Amino acid sequence: MASLLQTPHPKERRIIFGNISKPGYAPDIDTYLTHGGYESLKKALTLKPGEIIDMVKAANLRGRGGAGFPAGAKWSFIKYDDGKDHYIVVNADESEPGTFKDRYILHEDPHQLLEGLAIAAFATNVHLSYIYIRCEFPKAAKIVWNAIKEARAKGFLGKDILGSGFDLDIYVHQGAGAYICGEETSLLESLEGKRPYPRIKPPYFPAVLGLYMKPTIVNNVETICHVKHILAMGAEEYAKMGTPGDGGTRTMCVSGDVMRPGFYEIPCGGVTLGELINDVCGGLKPGRTLKAVIPGGSSAKVLRAGEVFKLKVKGPDGQMIDKETPLLDLTMDASTLQAAGTMVGSGGVMIMDDTRDMVWALNNLNQFYAHESCGQCTPCREGSLWMSKVTTRIMDQGARPDDAKNLKNIADNIAGRTICAFGEACAWPTQSFLAKFPDEFEKRVG
Amino acid sequence: MIDTTTRQADAITPEFVAEAQELISHYPVSKRSASLPLLHLWQNHFSYIDDTGIEWIAAQLDLTPVNILELVTFYPWFRREQAGKTVIRVCRTLACALAGSYEVKEKFCQAVGLDPHEEHHGFGCAPPTTADGKFSVEFVECLASCGSAPVALINDDLVENIAPAGVSAIVEQYK
Ligand SMILES: Cc1cc2nc3c(=O)[nH]c(=O)nc-3n(C[C@H](O)[C@H](O)[C@H](O)COP(=O)(O)O)c2cc1C
Ligand code: SF4
Ligand code: FES
Repeated sequence: MASLLQTPHPKERRIIFGNISKPGYAPDIDTYLTHGGYESLKKALTLKPGEIIDMVKAANLRGRGGAGFPAGAKWSFIKYDDGKDHYIVVNADESEPGTFKDRYILHEDPHQLLEGLAIAAFATNVHLSYIYIRCEFPKAAKIVWNAIKEARAKGFLGKDILGSGFDLDIYVHQGAGAYICGEETSLLESLEGKRPYPRIKPPYFPAVLGLYMKPTIVNNVETICHVKHILAMGAEEYAKMGTPGDGGTRTMCVSGDVMRPGFYEIPCGGVTLGELINDVCGGLKPGRTLKAVIPGGSSAKVLRAGEVFKLKVKGPDGQMIDKETPLLDLTMDASTLQAAGTMVGSGGVMIMDDTRDMVWALNNLNQFYAHESCGQCTPCREGSLWMSKVTTRIMDQGARPDDAKNLKNIADNIAGRTICAFGEACAWPTQSFLAKFPDEFEKRVG
Repeated sequence: MIDTTTRQADAITPEFVAEAQELISHYPVSKRSASLPLLHLWQNHFSYIDDTGIEWIAAQLDLTPVNILELVTFYPWFRREQAGKTVIRVCRTLACALAGSYEVKEKFCQAVGLDPHEEHHGFGCAPPTTADGKFSVEFVECLASCGSAPVALINDDLVENIAPAGVSAIVEQYK
């Protein structure tokens, strides 16, 4: 398994990957305990559940799974004493193209996840939890299950954890090769043993009608791991690493045409896109220039080299003013990328240089979405397939004069008209590739 | 072709039943949740899932067979036909495609003796498989290792940074 650079880049700040990158670090519990393992859990068990939730809120932790929802707010939807069973399900389905951080955490530091999960469960009155791991990580499932057994044997899980009276059982559940199971309500259906069709929201918000129709929290692997560090560092220290609305560190996964692809744990908003590409990742390959960036997993809207954005910033007199910001000066935090019309999403940054064909790239993504639509909603089931057929035909036979218009029309009729956010996810690539690279479609009309 | 001459359920051992019981015990609220775990158990044990498997799993969980069949037909992972002893799953998605995964997949097919253009007939069917039953090769979507593209999942092993020239040496290790 590709490993982290032994010495972190100066822009990096390794919290989640702090232990993993130490020489000789192993996923067993003894190693974890010699590295301060389960100390945050001990601390948490001395606090009131509400205090822990307040810490997570004050830490400005946003979900790392794609939607960026504030974790503390999500947890506070669960009413501690409502007399119902509650569940936490960890989303370890990691399938968004361009994203590859959770895999390493699961394989190399499973106890970090279990500790964060035990703290989260204690704060929200949860006694049964599942970790949903995609089945393409068969070794991770074994490693995590083994870690659960180790933690149980040492009293960090199971009945009466460390004498606190708090009980928690955790199990591993494996998916079966469907991307849609990463969508949280699909994941819950899958975990219930049903066809994983996403549920309609409202009323089926997981916090209200989740697993077995009980209040449920679904969080990404990395999100849950951060909880441990919020307890260890204190919310203020933790929040300070990031920007006001986006606390802590985020693992940026960089792939595509850079010299040093890989994942880098960086304070939220701690690098610009230019620094990430040219400095952290060693720049583009010799003689190449940048063409396109997909900044937050394959569903995020593509950005074109040379674009300039008008971003709202505070001026000298405190008034909000428009500031012209070139693409490479965008900072990689949630609100900046949103203002640039795209998203930080799952942290998967895909880089393409001037040798790449944008219709080819879009076609690759369209084939992915056509394959992965669950088929429940007509616009998504048909639309994703049509988009894929059109771009495949353009690749094979050249474009017809109205292809671009038709593609846009199909995409525009999916986004906003479906049960789950896959509808947007599959429409955004087509919409943004057409908007940003119209020339590449036009030149194929023959 | 779905084989109906053998009945996989006739070969169930007491150990297999014990493993199934253990999996079911992980779901104290609803047995139905054990559907996927039991399907995985079955496919890992028998290589594919026949009608008797679907019926057996349904019976363990107090379900009707169609509740299990509808999962087998939904999830790409499950199949109703024998696949090769070694299944090579090459990632097709963007980061890997940028790094040459289409060529890598072709090389895998050639190295095991499959026609690179043979089609995968879709859900439930085994991927293209060599006549001696040793290898299957297929494209799958993003394997969450885009930083070390191109990658393939070979049985339980993730193989990273695959160079076309290195493919036959990789295949040798699974012969
Ligand atoms: C189509 C689709 C696929 C998704 N895939 C994943 C995934 O693989 N992993 C993940 O953590 N979240 C994924 N999500 C986001 C989840 O629905 C959910 O927002 C997330 O797990 C919540 O955790 P967080 O708040 O900690 O980010 C996906 C969402 C959609 C719409
Ligand atoms: S939007 Fe697509 S993936 Fe989501 S529920 Fe509808 S058909 Fe399924
Ligand atoms: S695109 Fe191949 S592993 Fe992600």
